[in-house]
This record gives sequence, structure tokens and C-alpha cells, in this order.
Amino acid sequence: MAYFRVEKLVKKFGGLTAVNDVTFDVEKGEIFGLIGPNGSGKTTTFNMISGVYPPTSGRVVFRDREIQGMKSHRICHLGVGRTFQVVKPLGRMTVLDNVIAASFSRVNSMREARSTALRTLEFCGLSPVQEVLAKSLPIAGRKRLEIARAMATRPELLLLDETAAGLNPTELVEAIELIRKIRENGTTVIIIEHIMHVIMTISDRIHAINFGQTIAEGTPKEVAANPAVIEAYLGTDYA
Amino acid sequence: MKKHLYPLILLAFLALLPLAVKSNYFLHLMILFLLWVVIGSSWNILAGYTGQVSFGHAAFFGVGAYTAGLLFQHLQLSPWWGMALGGVVAVLIGLPFGAICFPLRGAYFALASLALGEGIRHITTIAEGFTGGMMGIMIMPTFTSKVPYYYIALGLAILSVASIQAIISSKPGYYFVSIREDQDAAASLGINTTLYKNISLAISAFWTGMAGALYMNYMGFIDPHVVFSLHDYSVMAILVAIVGGVGTIYGPTVGAFIMVAFQELFRTGFFGLFEYLGKATGSPAFTTLSGAIHQAHVLGFGILVIVVILFLPNGVVGDWEKIKRNVFRINPAG
Repeated sequence: MAYFRVEKLVKKFGGLTAVNDVTFDVEKGEIFGLIGPNGSGKTTTFNMISGVYPPTSGRVVFRDREIQGMKSHRICHLGVGRTFQVVKPLGRMTVLDNVIAASFSRVNSMREARSTALRTLEFCGLSPVQEVLAKSLPIAGRKRLEIARAMATRPELLLLDETAAGLNPTELVEAIELIRKIRENGTTVIIIEHIMHVIMTISDRIHAINFGQTIAEGTPKEVAANPAVIEAYLGTDYA
Repeated sequence: MKKHLYPLILLAFLALLPLAVKSNYFLHLMILFLLWVVIGSSWNILAGYTGQVSFGHAAFFGVGAYTAGLLFQHLQLSPWWGMALGGVVAVLIGLPFGAICFPLRGAYFALASLALGEGIRHITTIAEGFTGGMMGIMIMPTFTSKVPYYYIALGLAILSVASIQAIISSKPGYYFVSIREDQDAAASLGINTTLYKNISLAISAFWTGMAGALYMNYMGFIDPHVVFSLHDYSVMAILVAIVGGVGTIYGPTVGAFIMVAFQELFRTGFFGLFEYLGKATGSPAFTTLSGAIHQAHVLGFGILVIVVILFLPNGVVGDWEKIKRNVFRINPAG
């Protein structure tokens, strides 16, 4: 059995099928890319994995345990962390307090939570702004805070939802470095990304979906050369 | 220690106050103030810190008061037992509502809390055989002096504020504020949002119920329209917190002081100023005005709230820096 598996996942919102029969396996220690045009069902897939809503049908298996339909907070405790595409900073808390709140998922004392939080901020390069209110961070800082908060829950599997969107070229390089560091740290990563440079550079394997259905899977090179992927992104003329 | 300097000075002042002030009238006002510190701080932990606005804190207050009164009436237990149980019964009344409403988001809890307060008022009125209905409950106060009540109220205020402060600066406090700021983010960080909203509700209901039980002991008389009053308790609890500062530890304390003073100011027609002016000048206009002001305290609250929302949206404590800055600008010598 794979380390992490999504099996025949389906999500219907009324008459709309957002995700239709998606299956993939992720190996421990991998950086696994999930790509597809806007509205193809990537974030919906993340939401089902992280328990925002249950799938209509299908299974999500993490370390031999079915987690589909569980509540978000339980999935977090099992070791699956996530970031949100539309960032959700705890606005009127400082950056440090945001991460302390996350650290409390693994420890109970204030002292331990604070030291975990400080280490995580250091790891993510947010130490200089730790006393700033989260709502006054610029977008790059907020994206980074999403990652820091998720990392403070000590996930084994981290779901990154477009953490590079809206960043400038320098920030992009830093973001890629950070994601690599997270993997070296022993965390498995599934990443949704629109910026092809990022996803092609860091992913070990990529799974492409369109209209909620799988269209390709393989190494970045294989997927980039796949006619179905080119068609989905550029139209039939280029396929 | 510097951070605790002002509260400690205030505490010492409050502890020594009865030695200096012998007036029953002022002690009565101080007891009301201390009761409002408890109720306002309780409302604040649920609404200000956890983001779950309650329009029905009169339910917890009244249930606490009735617990003390009914234990005396039916079981001849000293109403001080009610102090021990009033908070617990308030929690038992609140939790089923939390269990139903908190898995949902949005205004459901706020609306249900409004219904809870009004519903219990009606039930208490109708169940005459058990509660005495509109006749209310009368007990003989234990002490004739106000001083013991003052110290009990002070103790209750200290315990409630100190415990709330301790909770806020530990794990549950961080979880409460996370839930207030963003429920989805909170859930993704491993926070059981329903459970922690219920914990916050339980703490809030407990202290409010204790305040109600003390009220029964102190006033010696309650009826459903007094202790379950929507505007005298449920709304007043909100005003105390808003004026002082929602989501700040000492906001409700400051708000309680302002609101009790403000209410008294209107109730007494600016401490008899207009009545005095009426007598001194012989003008009937002042006498009429004195009567009108006496009735106008609700209007006064309305104006106060508008002023606070316009100029101090975070309350007196929340906007303290702003107040200091503006006062210094107006008065450079200061």
C-alpha cells in the first residue's frame, strides 16, 4: 500500500462534478505536483483530503488509514498539514502568535509552544517580522506564514496550495528553497501550482487534471510533453 | 511586574475602599460595578475572544439567581449554596444550546442565545408552582451591612478576571482567538472548533451564573422581569464590553465602571443637579427636565454607544493609545 493514496475520488456540488474519479499515489519523501487549468478541481481535491468537506465517493488513505470524511482538526492531528490558496492569516494576532496557536496542536505548555513556534519561524525565515500583526504582512509574508503555521503542526504530509502565486522573481526563488528545505526535513509534499517554472523545477512527479479528471501523470518532462496537457493549457492548435 | 502595576494599585484601592467610604449608597454602586465586572468579563471571553456573540447572557445571570433562590425556597438551603451551584446550573443550561448551534457558523448562536434568554424568562413566569412566577422570590439577606457583600463581590470579580486572564494566555485562549479570526484556518491547525466554542461558553456561563447567585443573596428579591431582563442584563453586558474594549482583559472592568456611573448619572438626574437648579431658580423647566432625564437613561446609553463606536471603535482600553495621543495633542503641557 502506498504511503498516501487518493482512490477514485469524486466530489459533486449539486449537478456539477468538480472532481471525477481521480486516483493517485504519493511516496514518502516525494514532492508531488498537482496541476491543471483554473477550475479543474485541484483545490477541491485538497479540501477533501484535509477534511473541509467529505468526498461524494472514493477513499483517501494515509499510512494505511482511511481519512476521508474526518474532521479537519483530526486530520491535522494525524499528520496532514495544509496551506490555503486564499491565505487565511489570523489577522489580529501577531505572526508569532499565529504560529504558537498552531504549535499547540502538538504540545500543551506555553513554553514548549513558544519554542516550537520560534524554531519554525526561524526555519521559514519569518523571525524578523514575528511581532508584526498578521494582517499587516505583505502577500509574500502571508504565504510564508501559511507555510510556517502548517509546519508548526509538525505534518508528515504537507499540502501546499499555490504558495508561489503573486510572488516576485526573488521571492519565488526563496519559496522554492523553502519547499526543498521542508522536504529535506523529512516532510512529504503535495503541491498545487500554476507557475510552471516552480512546479517543473521542484516536483519529482506531476499529476495533471482537467475538468475534474486525470489527464496525465509522470515526471515533469513526461507531463510537459503530454499532448493532453498541452491541449488543456494551450488549446487544440498546439497539441 | 510593570504590566501588573495598574491592576495591583486598583486592587489595593478597592480592597481598602470600605475603610474610607462609609456611605451605603456608594458601596451599593461599587457592588453593582463589581457585579458588572464579572458579567462583562464573562461576556467578553465568549464574544470578544472567541467571536461568538451572545444576546442572552441574562439567561445565565437569571438562572444563577434562581438557583440560589429556589434552593432556599424549596430545600431551605442557605442561598450561599446557590453561589456554589448557580454557575454550574448556568453551564448546564448553556451547553445544550452550544452543542446545537456551535457546529454551525454565522448568526445561529447569537439568535439562539436571544431566544434562550427570552424563553427562560417566560418559562420562569409561567411555572408559578415552582418559581413563584411574577411574585418572584424573597429571602432575608444574611448581612445587614453592605461591607461583606462588597468583599464577596470583589472576590468574585478578582477570581473571574484572573481566571479569564490565565485562560487567555494559555492554549485555550490561543484557540479561542484563532476561532474568532478564522474558523477554517483554526480547524486546519488541529483546533476542534466546536469543542473550544463550548468550553468558552461554559466559562462564560459559569461566571455569569455566579454573579446572578450573588445578586440574589445581595438584593434579597428577584422576579423573572428583573433578572432575565433583555435590556438590563443581556444588552447591558454587551455595552459594558463594547464601551470598555472587546477582546481586552481589563476592557469590561473599565466599561463596567463607566456604565454604572453613567446609569447612575441619569437615574439621579445628574446627581440631583437639575432638581437643585429647579429649586434654586424656581423655574419649572428644570424640574420637568429633571424628571425627563431620569427616564432618559436608555437614550443616554444609545448616544454613548454611538460616540464610542465613532471615536473609540476598540473601546476605552482597546483605543487607550489613541486617547493618550489625542489628549497630549490637545494639551501640550500634559
